[in-house]
Amino acid sequence: MFEDGGREISLTIPIAPDMELVATAQAAAVGEYIGMSRDKIDEIKLALVEACINAFEHAHARDDRVHVAFRVGKETVGGEWLEIEVRDQGQGFDAATVEAPSAEKTFGGRRKRGWGLKIIKSLMDHVEIASGEWGTRIVMRKYK
Amino acid sequence: MSETCKVAVERRGDVALLWTDGYINNQGGEEIAREAYAQIGNGARGLVMNLEKTKIVNSIGISILIEVLEKVMDRKGVLAFCNLTPTIDKTFRIMGLAQYASIYANEEEALKAVSVQLASP
Repeated sequence: MFEDGGREISLTIPIAPDMELVATAQAAAVGEYIGMSRDKIDEIKLALVEACINAFEHAHARDDRVHVAFRVGKETVGGEWLEIEVRDQGQGFDAATVEAPSAEKTFGGRRKRGWGLKIIKSLMDHVEIASGEWGTRIVMRKYK
Repeated sequence: MSETCKVAVERRGDVALLWTDGYINNQGGEEIAREAYAQIGNGARGLVMNLEKTKIVNSIGISILIEVLEKVMDRKGVLAFCNLTPTIDKTFRIMGLAQYASIYANEEEALKAVSVQLASP
């Protein structure tokens, strides 16, 4: 699946209902390729769904697309990993101003949404978010 | 690629058992809510949602389940989930659902617990 020196698969999905499932199918294939457990693959899939639907809903991407890259690698200490980059060419956002969700605010309150980033950070081992006028890029990694 | 969530329902006294099959996204959540509200309207006090055939959810679908839970709680009813995958279980706990609804390993345990809770004063 991955050639030496090119351990990356790229996928571009249109902003359309359920297209996030196309990305999760690819994530599962890559996870299986490196022998990741079913539970860890499921966690990656759910985090990826959240990253994609955030981009679908909030980015207002200029090209109406979300770009996803899958990479695998290995560290001496941490071991093998699967990394997924989700990138859009949207309007960007300021992560510092995003209100943290809580069960207290969700239950009985009017604000039920806004859990995407919290879920992503909880399910993945390492998450980096960069955003600006050029768009948004989320890089999330999970160790095998 | 569309994976519509199907919902099957069976009534057992004042408890409604709902089986989901497929992706719980916004459409899936709304389908579950539609069936749940119909059962509540018909007098169900307890709801058991068996998610054995649901392998993926998203936060939009879960937010709709939270609305269902709030409606059940407003009516002093009980909502329980069972047969969650480990990842869905973890996500429900991240979002705080487990603080307000019970999660059981299987349908038998869930039905028994909901019946006991409804019978207690």
